[in-house]
Amino acid sequence: MKGRQEWRGAVVTRAQSIADGIRLIEFAVEGGLPPFEPGSHVSVEVMIEGAPAIRSYTCVSSDAGHIRLAVKRHENSRGGSRFMWTLVEGARLRITLPENRFALSWRASSYLLLAGGIGITPIYGMAKALSVRARPVRLAYAASTRGELAFAGELSELMGTDAEFFVSEEGRRIDLAAEFAELPPDGEAYICGPLGMLNAAKAAWAATGRPSSRLRFEVFGDSGERPEVPFSVEIAGIGKRVDVASDQSLLDALNAAGVDMIWDCLRGECGLCAVDIVELNGELDHRDVFFSDEEKREQRRMCTCVSRLAGGSAIIDTGYRKS
Amino acid sequence: MEEHSFPLNAWYAAAWDVEVGRSLLARKICGKPVVMYRRQDGAAVALADACWHRLLPLSKGELHGDNVICGYHGLEFDDTGRCVYMPSQDTINPSACVTSFPVVERHRFIWIWPGDPALADPDLVPDLHWNDDPKWAADGKVIHVMCNYRLVIDNLMDLTHETYVHGSSIGNRAVAEAPFTVSHGEGRATVTRWMADIDPPPFWRAQLGKPGNVDRWQIINFEAPATIAIDVGVAPVGTGAPDGDRSQGVNGFVLNTITPETESTCHYFWAFARNYRLSEQARTHELREGVATIFREDELILEAQQKAIEENPDHIFYNLNIDAGSMWARKLIDKMILEENSAKAAAE
Repeated sequence: MKGRQEWRGAVVTRAQSIADGIRLIEFAVEGGLPPFEPGSHVSVEVMIEGAPAIRSYTCVSSDAGHIRLAVKRHENSRGGSRFMWTLVEGARLRITLPENRFALSWRASSYLLLAGGIGITPIYGMAKALSVRARPVRLAYAASTRGELAFAGELSELMGTDAEFFVSEEGRRIDLAAEFAELPPDGEAYICGPLGMLNAAKAAWAATGRPSSRLRFEVFGDSGERPEVPFSVEIAGIGKRVDVASDQSLLDALNAAGVDMIWDCLRGECGLCAVDIVELNGELDHRDVFFSDEEKREQRRMCTCVSRLAGGSAIIDTGYRKS
Repeated sequence: MEEHSFPLNAWYAAAWDVEVGRSLLARKICGKPVVMYRRQDGAAVALADACWHRLLPLSKGELHGDNVICGYHGLEFDDTGRCVYMPSQDTINPSACVTSFPVVERHRFIWIWPGDPALADPDLVPDLHWNDDPKWAADGKVIHVMCNYRLVIDNLMDLTHETYVHGSSIGNRAVAEAPFTVSHGEGRATVTRWMADIDPPPFWRAQLGKPGNVDRWQIINFEAPATIAIDVGVAPVGTGAPDGDRSQGVNGFVLNTITPETESTCHYFWAFARNYRLSEQARTHELREGVATIFREDELILEAQQKAIEENPDHIFYNLNIDAGSMWARKLIDKMILEENSAKAAAE
């Protein structure tokens, strides 16, 4: 149950490519804008096939009165990033005021920031804020190619050798265990990146025996271990079959088919949209952080907002009972 | 932007050291509900007093080790405000945390910083060292006053009121008649008043324990936004106190730090420190209770004043010459608020 979100009119003041596959889109917000902290996000009303839909994006640190978003073009976008990429200067849309659920504590003796790909968006602002205020901070930023690194110049200039870049195409990967070993015991780590990186970081962190609350992460719920392909589900007790397109979430498909569902976060965090899996004829691609690794291995439930099948079909149970 | 009569980027006394222990203490500081407790190692913790989930005040829950367990659904938060347990699921929602306020324990108070945590520099804690300095004996209380905190500051920055509000104890005509000087600096203002060769009021006669007239001083030291240490005392007339030799006299410090609760209520922390008869615990006790009685007189005035202000919303304060100290205090507070708001407006 979130507080009321305040929607504002906004106009695009800048839209440009800042790295391979990443566009920076800047908005001026009507009625002024309170300052926001690194880690904040906004909801944007996007148009997908002529119908409005809401997408959440992390804010990049911005000039006063402006909101900047860095949007990666996803090949199998559900339409959100595709729409955002069409925005040009002067375009108008609706946006919420920034809200923060990935805030820096400002209480640790030192900070380790880990970013993977577009996960740099909240991390960039954190790196900037910590560096400006002279707090001990190290950034490890991974991307597939050098061209995909966003803000690398600014970060190098600001942080010097405290910012290190790991380009997998050049054979360099972040050694998570080594990074954590270097972090003082009361240090905190903040990570944003693809699910595989997050899972590896969680496992490496757990292995150090440090308190889980000192590893903070944000998920986008838009990456999995397998590519997005169409699949279908049959709903037990209703008998309805629903086809899910590659650029559509299972939850969206269920809603579109008139299947009653509840949900909240749409990022695989809250677990409200989870359904039981009665029968599985395909491979599950869990993309949520709600279920534990063990629960994911059991393949008995899935979060419909982000998780999907890598093809094939399943019979699911949404809990609907006729009597 | 929200308008407050107080800056948020400042240390405010949230509790006396003895008030915070191994149980949950709820108190609103600068409009923010806060729950305080001590960890097992003794360190004080201040968290936002509302569960991340359904906002039940965490103070209605219970302390478990160093963590707080919400009294509604059992979500558990560690001393940094991070959720470490959620019911009926194996994982923890990554967004789940409550604000953890920067805390410093100093001079027998638990100070918290309600504003931008990145700016919370422990060196900025107001100086009230007399409260735990071995050269001084001190004790005090906290009063929940039903008035805006600035009215308490007004009250303390001009002690003319002693003559009229505290006529039976510390006030006499001399206070209202003596001239005073006012100086000011960065975040500080001082009002100095010397009353030469006067018959001391009953309170000071008793503290000095000597007959005859005295030289009496009141030096009010304001530290923005809300701390006032008043150097007070008397010395037998002609023993050199106005020239710096206070050795024949008695010296006290009235320590005050006022924490806004809401726009119309505040927590007024005070103590009285003395530099004489340090080992007399009974005197410490009597002084504390005596001052509490005196301050009760102020409290009645301040609450009546707040009520009258609310009943006369269009009336603007008139100021007198005696208000110079409080006018400087208000100017310094307004400057802090202005700087805070313009920093916010310019923030990235």
